[in-house]
Amino acid sequence: MIRFTHVTKEYPRTGLALNDASFFINKGEFVFLTGPSGAGKSTILKLVYMEERPTSGDVKVANHHASIMKRREVSIFRRKLGVVFQDFRLLEDRTVEQNIAFALEVTGVPYAGISSKVSRLLTQVGLGSKANSFPRELSGGEQQRVAIARALANDPFVLIADEPTGNLDDRATRGIFQLLRDINAGGTAVLMATHNLDLVKRSDLRVIEVNRGQVVFDSGEAAAVAARAAEG
Amino acid sequence: MRLTMRESFLAFTRAPLLSALSILTIAFSLFAFGLFGLVALNVGKALRDVEERVEIRAFVIDGTSTETIATALGDIAAFPEVARAAQVTPEDALQKARKELGEFQDVFDAAVLPASIDVRLKDGYRDPKTVKAIADRIQSFPFVDEVRYGEEWVAKLNTIRNIATAAGIALGIAFAAVAVIIIGATIRMAVLARAREISIMKMVGATDGFIRRPFLIEGLVKGLIGGAIALLLTYMAASVISTYMIRTSFFSWQMAVAGAAFGGLIGFFGSALSVGRHLRRI
Repeated sequence: MIRFTHVTKEYPRTGLALNDASFFINKGEFVFLTGPSGAGKSTILKLVYMEERPTSGDVKVANHHASIMKRREVSIFRRKLGVVFQDFRLLEDRTVEQNIAFALEVTGVPYAGISSKVSRLLTQVGLGSKANSFPRELSGGEQQRVAIARALANDPFVLIADEPTGNLDDRATRGIFQLLRDINAGGTAVLMATHNLDLVKRSDLRVIEVNRGQVVFDSGEAAAVAARAAEG
Repeated sequence: MRLTMRESFLAFTRAPLLSALSILTIAFSLFAFGLFGLVALNVGKALRDVEERVEIRAFVIDGTSTETIATALGDIAAFPEVARAAQVTPEDALQKARKELGEFQDVFDAAVLPASIDVRLKDGYRDPKTVKAIADRIQSFPFVDEVRYGEEWVAKLNTIRNIATAAGIALGIAFAAVAVIIIGATIRMAVLARAREISIMKMVGATDGFIRRPFLIEGLVKGLIGGAIALLLTYMAASVISTYMIRTSFFSWQMAVAGAAFGGLIGFFGSALSVGRHLRRI
């Protein structure tokens, strides 16, 4: 579903961010992406949601190849995946409900269906009673839940989370992590970059570790290859 | 479309101060341009008024028959450059001289002034070269004694007009450029103020066209409002000048509408440029 083949990414100013990285992530998998700051985690995520294109090598996400995707197609492609960030990226001047509806409106979903879909999403992330609150009235954990609800609005096949718990306390972190696991249990793949090694150790999920732009450890490589072989 | 309209409108209500500020910036930039336009318009009009007095006077040899003069008059009036040609009899000339030079009335009592043909030229043919060419042509009539047209004066007037035109074009371009630059910066500010929103829209899969549309409408509306305010300010300035200083003419309504529409166009294309540049970078 997500395949990196000898991917190298070099930025004009900062130089090499990713060096010959290869890995494969299956449908519905939950994968941690770990490594120190500047190791290349965010670059990998950006390559997945096509904000960046590889300098060499190939990135393939659900039958879309980065090398041949046109700029216009990126917008449509993004609707198939959800992205959440450490800093939530909510629109401060819109209510929780409007923030989520926004993601549906910009993709041209008919008005009639939006309201019920939004309330369903809010219930899913446990914020059914906060529809009319503004982001600043919510705790960090709640704001991240809104961001996750927004990311799920278009029923993505993968949820990409860049340090989603980086700004949260332990309790909120556990809550968000559980929510992500629930979402994953529903069939959506999750690719989560994190610093939080506790979280990684406590779970038995696949871990891809990057350091200085290289994949240095992949706990699920054998399984992924086997699954891929089985997939044909 | 409904969403586009809503988002454009929301931009005004969410950042009323920024919106008001950019509208005022557009208004004052265009106001400066409008004032310049007003000056150019009135200087041009004054020059044209003076130019209209460019006249070729052909003195007729004494004793030329009225019929000959009448025929010649018809010929001259048929020149493509000529606006009108009129015969001035000695009596007319005397009367005119008395009127124009009141204190010398007595001097003219006994004097006999020659008859003449006065020729006025059409707009666009009052430059020294054309005036001289026509004067020469009139001179070639056998009954014409002498042709006068204030050669030096026509040359001087022509120089003034050339300077005024050149200065007008240069200043006009400069004023328009300043207006465009200031308005462009204002719009850029509006785009940057919503950079976060734009990046979020991109993230959730909005197309560039979808993101761009509200900005274009916002830019167009701001430009039009700014243009209308500028027009109003210019009109008020023209009225004040007319009342307390000198009579000034105002733009024709077509020019006024074009001016306000110019504001709208700058707003529209300025926004298109700013958002386009921004979208390409993220």
